[in-house]
Amino acid sequence: MTAAAQIPAYRIERSTRASRLALVGFVVAVVALLSLPLWDGEDDLGSIVEICYMLALAQCWNLLAGYAGLVSVGQQAFVGIGGYALFAFTILLGVPPIPAVVLAGIAAAVLAFPTALIVFRLRGAYFAIGTWVVAEVFRGVMGQIRALGTGTGMSLPVAISRAVAESRAGREIVLYYTGLAIGIGTVLMVFFWLRSRQGLALTAIRDSETAAGSVGVNNERTKLAVYLIAALATGMIGALIYLEKLRISPDAAFDVIDWTADVIFIVVIGGIGSIEGPFLGALVFFGLRYLLADYGAWYMILLGATAVVIMLRAPRGLWGLLADRFDIQLFPVHRRVRLR
Amino acid sequence: MTLLATLGLTAFYGDFQALFGVDLTVAEGEAVAIIGANGAGKSTLLRTISGLLPAPRERILYRGQAIGALPPADIVARGVALVPEGRRLFPSLSVEENLLMGQQCGRKGPWTLDRVYRLFPMLRERRRQPATSLSGGQQQMAAIGRALMTNPELLLCDEISLGLAPVIIRDVYAALPGIRGEGTTLIVVEQDVNRALGIADRVYCLQEGRVTLEGRPSDLTREQIKLAYFGV
Amino acid sequence: MDWINAIIQGALIGGLYALFAAGLSLMFGVMRLVNIAHGDLIVLASYLALVVVETLGLSPFVSLAIVVPAMFVLGYALQRGLLNFTLGGDILPPLLVTFGLSIIIQNALLEGFSADDQKLQVGGFETASIQITDQLAIGWFPAAIFLTAVVVIALLELLLYRTALGRAFRATSDDPDTAKLYGVRNQHVFALATGISLAVISIAAVFLAVRTTFDPASGPARLIFAFEAVIIGGLGSLWGTLAGGVVLGVAQAIGAQLNPGWETLAGHVAFLVVLVIRPRGLFPKLAD
Repeated sequence: MTAAAQIPAYRIERSTRASRLALVGFVVAVVALLSLPLWDGEDDLGSIVEICYMLALAQCWNLLAGYAGLVSVGQQAFVGIGGYALFAFTILLGVPPIPAVVLAGIAAAVLAFPTALIVFRLRGAYFAIGTWVVAEVFRGVMGQIRALGTGTGMSLPVAISRAVAESRAGREIVLYYTGLAIGIGTVLMVFFWLRSRQGLALTAIRDSETAAGSVGVNNERTKLAVYLIAALATGMIGALIYLEKLRISPDAAFDVIDWTADVIFIVVIGGIGSIEGPFLGALVFFGLRYLLADYGAWYMILLGATAVVIMLRAPRGLWGLLADRFDIQLFPVHRRVRLR
Repeated sequence: MTLLATLGLTAFYGDFQALFGVDLTVAEGEAVAIIGANGAGKSTLLRTISGLLPAPRERILYRGQAIGALPPADIVARGVALVPEGRRLFPSLSVEENLLMGQQCGRKGPWTLDRVYRLFPMLRERRRQPATSLSGGQQQMAAIGRALMTNPELLLCDEISLGLAPVIIRDVYAALPGIRGEGTTLIVVEQDVNRALGIADRVYCLQEGRVTLEGRPSDLTREQIKLAYFGV
Repeated sequence: MDWINAIIQGALIGGLYALFAAGLSLMFGVMRLVNIAHGDLIVLASYLALVVVETLGLSPFVSLAIVVPAMFVLGYALQRGLLNFTLGGDILPPLLVTFGLSIIIQNALLEGFSADDQKLQVGGFETASIQITDQLAIGWFPAAIFLTAVVVIALLELLLYRTALGRAFRATSDDPDTAKLYGVRNQHVFALATGISLAVISIAAVFLAVRTTFDPASGPARLIFAFEAVIIGGLGSLWGTLAGGVVLGVAQAIGAQLNPGWETLAGHVAFLVVLVIRPRGLFPKLAD
């Protein structure tokens, strides 16, 4: 008997029936969203932009915490830097707004480099608090800069928002497509990153840091790359948020609740360590907010309690529950071996 | 009188089954050796008896009572103490503090600091030093002393010769008769067959999680033991 | 002279940060749990003192007789009922559960007490001072704070190194599985550690509530001060933590002296500088 005869026939596959269906669904959704301004008017555009940027922030945080094991509680640093960089580039340097959004992302990534050198000296939970301190430092420093309005903040001059588009309606549509591009772009970026060699390395780090080190994944370099990429995307999202809000202040731009706590809740509830999770989490997040809009503090208490219960009872979130029950994967990042 | 009995004991590490229906009985005052190759399940058996690994309640009887599902703290409180494989002293505690950890379970009896220091005099000299500063043999003695401080009726020794030079092993084993002299029952897990046969009243041989041989050392032939140990 | 006064004042206030930090590092030391809700529990203790002071008409210092045991019980219950279930190999559950807890406590306080600033009053004691020279004076209250911090840290040190419970704490920290073998009930020991941690921080919480205002959102800043003092002092050393608190307090005092807006920023900068030049802190002990 030869050895080959004992091994059953198999093939390695990545896409599944569910993921091929999901691809169709994804394309349909993108087409619907792209054409939305044509058939739905402008009323819902603002809400969709908000969903897009929260989803994008959630994907970034998930990439950090769910895959690279970098549990940051300081991503508001890069939202704030992105927002402030947008104001600085447009007002002080006269850069047109949309290119300034991209430049703001680059500025966030550039500042993320020295930040990483410092906070990477801390491990685990201490890393988390360290990132928070750094965000507080950025907030404190921004509050001291006179050209950017010190602690009270500043508004974007009308001339600059005019530079986006002449009319209010036109601005909404431009911001809508920018938001959509950043939302979809972030999802695709995470998706392709996870399918790449570095993505495999990331999953290896997540599953066991010491084991991954011993099979030759350069942990520190991979983690640094993820940290910088997340900062780049987060900075662009921050710039977009403040291009829409038109007014910035250190306390709002570096707010840990809005830009990190809510994002963490979206990821944890939806399912950490999967691309699908943040979609589901965003659905729950905005759904609950819609239902509980009048209850203020109770809404946050409920959200916090839900996240706590999910972390204890179903650590892979709602998506983890669904994926286990139906064995589905909509974004095929894993390979699986099938026996014939 | 039977002190400890396991009845068809099974044990798992996740999906991996390490013990397949092990039957073992130990009478009060006996010294029992458990021999077997690496991975035969010897340590797993001791870890299960001490409560570190979960077992079905009725599968482990101590003085006739089912103790399988009890946590380790309750098992040591009943008088079953483990000297763990690899000694596992607490590195940030001094030698004496390591010994005093044995009193945590609150059992009273003949074993006190002074009594342990008489058994292992070099521990008294080094009692203020960090446990990690001891040599391997001294660490093993401290680990045995720590278990004795719980005043056990049944002492489980997991590979107490591991990694030690032969002269040191002799010193460590020299302490066992004195421990039996206090009325303590012994189960010794050992890879070194001759060492084990030398001190045991009865021997069990494990192979791949099953008992393959049981008997008095004088009744067993080398061939029987070889077969039970290696399975060839 | 203003400078010297401010620095002395800052050093003495550093005692409070040291107590916050001692609570944080006790929990980390015993069970490797970093409690993100630490600061919010400090603020919760301040509100508890406020309620006791207002309903029973006690002085804030007397209220400690109720607040400290109450926080101990809360800590024990919190660990036994919730946090023990987060412990294991993975760092995500403890981190995210305590983060959720932090948000829950902040919003519950907001719901119960509104967002208004609160402060505890102790009358003239707060501002009274000992005149050392005609220009140099030490406030009675900061001096009392520092003395309390030294005493509490000395007691914690005694507990850790001279009692059976302290031995069990250290043994469990080294090797929880082996500690179980000798009768340590880890769930109970962890709960005691959290109880003691919250008892310690509630002393500091009451002192700080006398000195500065607090509101439901003050927690994160308290957590960050505690964390900075731990890292500046070096992991695992209680006296190092006291030094860390003092360094932080002095840095904040110097910052405030330069520009009132730089107080906390100067503390953060001191923390970052230590992290860059001495990543293991000024007085490290644990080889993590």
